[in-house]
Amino acid sequence: MSQLPFDPLLVAIATPLALALAIALGLPKRWSVRLSYVAFAVPLLLALHTWWHFSSVPHESGYAFLTQYSTGLDAFGISLKLGLNGISLPLFVMAGIVGFAAGLYAIQSQAERLKIYLMLLLIMQGGLMGVFASVDVLYFYFFHELALIPTFIMVGIWGGKDRSYAAMKMTIYLTLGAMISLVGLIALYVKSGSSTFDLIELKRYLASKPLSDITQQNVFALLAVGFGVLVSLWPLHTWAPLGYAAAPSSNAMLHAGVLKKFGLYGLIQIGLPLLPAGASHWAQPLAWVAVIGNVLVVGFVTMAQRDLKQMLGYSSVMHMGYAFLGIAAGTTVGVGGVVIMMVAHGLSVALLFLLATSVHHRTHTLAMDEMGGLARQTPVLAAFFVAATFASIGLPGFANFWGELSIFVALWKFSPVVTACAVAGVVISAIYGLRAAARIFFGPATEAMAVVAAKHPPADLGWAERIPALVLLTALLFIGLWPKSISTPINGALTPPARAVAAK
Amino acid sequence: MTLEAVKLAAESNTWTAIFPELMLGCLALLLLVCEILLPKRLHALIPDVAAAGILGTLVGLGLSWNNPAAVGETTFNGLLQHTSGGQFMRAFFLLAALLVCLLGRVALAKQLMPRVEFFHVVLVVTAAMMLLAQSNHFVMLFVALETLTIGLYILVSYYRTRTASLEAGLKYLVMGALSSGLLLFGIVLLYGVAGNKALAASTEQAMNYTDLARFLAANPGNYVASLGIVLVLAGVAFKVGAFPFQIWVPDVYQGAPTPVTAFLAVASKAAGFAVLLSLCGPGGAFASYGALTEPILLLMAAATILFGNIAALTQHNVKRLIGLSGVSHAGFLLLGVVAARHVPSAVGAVYFYLFAYLLASFAVFGVMTHLAGAEDSDQDLDHYAGLAKERPFLAAVLAVGLGSLAGIPPLAGFMGKFLVFVAVFKSGHGSSLIIAAAGVVLSIYYYFGWIKAAFFESWAPADDAAPLAPARTPVGPLAGVALCVLALGSVVLGFWQGPVGQWLGMK
Repeated sequence: MSQLPFDPLLVAIATPLALALAIALGLPKRWSVRLSYVAFAVPLLLALHTWWHFSSVPHESGYAFLTQYSTGLDAFGISLKLGLNGISLPLFVMAGIVGFAAGLYAIQSQAERLKIYLMLLLIMQGGLMGVFASVDVLYFYFFHELALIPTFIMVGIWGGKDRSYAAMKMTIYLTLGAMISLVGLIALYVKSGSSTFDLIELKRYLASKPLSDITQQNVFALLAVGFGVLVSLWPLHTWAPLGYAAAPSSNAMLHAGVLKKFGLYGLIQIGLPLLPAGASHWAQPLAWVAVIGNVLVVGFVTMAQRDLKQMLGYSSVMHMGYAFLGIAAGTTVGVGGVVIMMVAHGLSVALLFLLATSVHHRTHTLAMDEMGGLARQTPVLAAFFVAATFASIGLPGFANFWGELSIFVALWKFSPVVTACAVAGVVISAIYGLRAAARIFFGPATEAMAVVAAKHPPADLGWAERIPALVLLTALLFIGLWPKSISTPINGALTPPARAVAAK
Repeated sequence: MTLEAVKLAAESNTWTAIFPELMLGCLALLLLVCEILLPKRLHALIPDVAAAGILGTLVGLGLSWNNPAAVGETTFNGLLQHTSGGQFMRAFFLLAALLVCLLGRVALAKQLMPRVEFFHVVLVVTAAMMLLAQSNHFVMLFVALETLTIGLYILVSYYRTRTASLEAGLKYLVMGALSSGLLLFGIVLLYGVAGNKALAASTEQAMNYTDLARFLAANPGNYVASLGIVLVLAGVAFKVGAFPFQIWVPDVYQGAPTPVTAFLAVASKAAGFAVLLSLCGPGGAFASYGALTEPILLLMAAATILFGNIAALTQHNVKRLIGLSGVSHAGFLLLGVVAARHVPSAVGAVYFYLFAYLLASFAVFGVMTHLAGAEDSDQDLDHYAGLAKERPFLAAVLAVGLGSLAGIPPLAGFMGKFLVFVAVFKSGHGSSLIIAAAGVVLSIYYYFGWIKAAFFESWAPADDAAPLAPARTPVGPLAGVALCVLALGSVVLGFWQGPVGQWLGMK
């Protein structure tokens, strides 16, 4: 067992942020780009390091790598406390992988004002690592917002169609969600009477003195609505497709892939263990909203999309519905399934957004009706895209399969009707996913496509694009073929709270 | 009064306790002397003398921070009370004055105006604010408040050849006189009723907060006293620009020279809150009438947050915009004052909020000063187009400042809002956070709109009829350092509250 001479979590958070600060203070462009490779690789390597050593390092209340730094607000029970438990570990690793892929893709993207672009992406990356490494509830929120801000700016400056409108809409929706969840977190802090934001302390305190049922219900409602907006729970989801369609690819990868999981992660780490009565009170309404709104309604809307990125945006909203279903089911299998699905979805949606941009560079359009027959010129791109689509549908062999399967198994006990509707959703996602792949890559080329192809003959995926795609696909297959690698820690972390739910 | 009595009174005059204020007064006079004595070519140095003097006073204050002769004492026969909160406010006003002097140098360079008087008045006003924050007596309060307000009348209409500035000055004068009248009437009512020998605990020293507090505690629900309290609060609400006494804010903020707008928005508002805390805070003069003051302040806070944010939504002139956004900040601070009666940590939260607000506001005002043309009141959002490309430094400072004002993590403004929200929730007014949260979401719209104007390229074709943006002033080394420190300060204080947080936690 190798121990690093420094705190891997803090360094994983601080490295990207430090480089971002250096760029802001005027680091020259050449060095900014070179050091960016390092700053995106360090979190990934440290995340893999923590994964490798997770079971062998000492644990304290389920958390490994615990460290605490004072920021001067100790009197309020706030300090920067970092650590990983079985739930945050897979997501921390996923954030490292997706961040690395998004960073590589950004460096090769030749974006205008690349330095600033990388700076914002680095801030996002630092924030994302912080979200999943924070044990302090306030810092968990704080890092989320830190990662969120660059999104608004990146959509507004480097975005595509309707960027200004999309940036504004995203900002207002997401601030609304963040404010509601902040009020919920403050309510939890004050009502618990424990005067600490430390999640471990809160858990211990509330285990001996649980909140009254009414308080739990109210606070859980605040958290569910606030986090729900951030995770695009229907009908508060409209910012997502619009924003993702407009966002530049690396930003969309990080936001749709990683940052959006914040709300689900918050519900799993804070909502379920601390407010079990609130969770079981709202389980039925949450499940129905998720299955009818997110899975079925948004599923049909996704089928009607003609724009590739809009379709991906809607499909990611739809998949979030499954996650809410797993949380509503509330058992170890269900919630564990959600965590696996969060990791799998993060990887697959990032891969799809990456490939969609690569497709766009070759077809010069995002309208799927104007594409066709691209597989002949770009077989590698087609292969990646089809694999990513299979993963997204949830075919066995990919990580998504295990997530969805566990959710459905847990859901069956919760409500067979909801399960039936949810399984119908899989058919819907197969329809739009396969149809999109077929339209873009197979069949005869459309006239519009033929004109574009004659002007700019499409080249296949170069190595600069292949490596980030390969990183993501490898991770998807690895977890798909060896799910135990992440399900063991998740299981370990979830077993106690599940027992508490069962006792209720 | 016999000579003996005068001697006795004079013994409690600990002059060293108000050394910083005396320094500022002497410095103000020194500036005038400098103007007479120094040859004309050296006149450009006078603003530097002012800034250096303030900096020196600030350093001196820092060195004698825990001076046992000052903190925790009442001096001048109960006129002043020196507390650690008062020390904080002193440093706050000195810092604000220093920044106003820096902005004043930049702004006045664009005008054909006498320079020295501006700095002279700023120094006097600062000294008045520092005394105001420590006053423990209604006479002290009123005299300091009037010194402050009269100084600001001059500063607001300082660009005397500009109609906008003169109009603003007149409006501020009329409104300020009205508010002083209300305040004075309230004081008189309180003095009268507290001096009524027929009532319990009546006192001859009814202007003194300590005696007044004793009287009010012994006579709960007295009608005249209640009216007096309401009128005093109304007078102070004018100063902080709280609803429904905020009508003067947009016009005066627009017309006043930009550095003065900054002074009004930050220092003058903070002075009002220092007074409110000493009146309605824990152990304040009105503490026993909490059942009366609390609903009034709470209602005022909610209305102020909503009004400020909604009115700011449609503004295109940035000075009006920041004025109205400042109104909403007054609302958040009022919430903190309400909470302070029950939750001791709320006082610290209000101070932290004010400090974060100072850093962010001066960053934004600094950028505004550099972007303003000769016609100071005409600063439009459209003038910010392309700022990010042409002046990345100013654009970055602007983004940090606005982000902090909007309360976005990881900036200091977020921590300020967060601490106030926690205090409000603890004090049992959790439902008012709904309005506060709605206010934050509304505010995002216009703050973000401002950032959008500076950063995002607009697709609108260049219109010949569109007003041309005035030439942007190059950033001097001193102003550059100041802006950089302000922006970094907002970032650092957001991540690491350090000694400030420790100090606030102690309270």
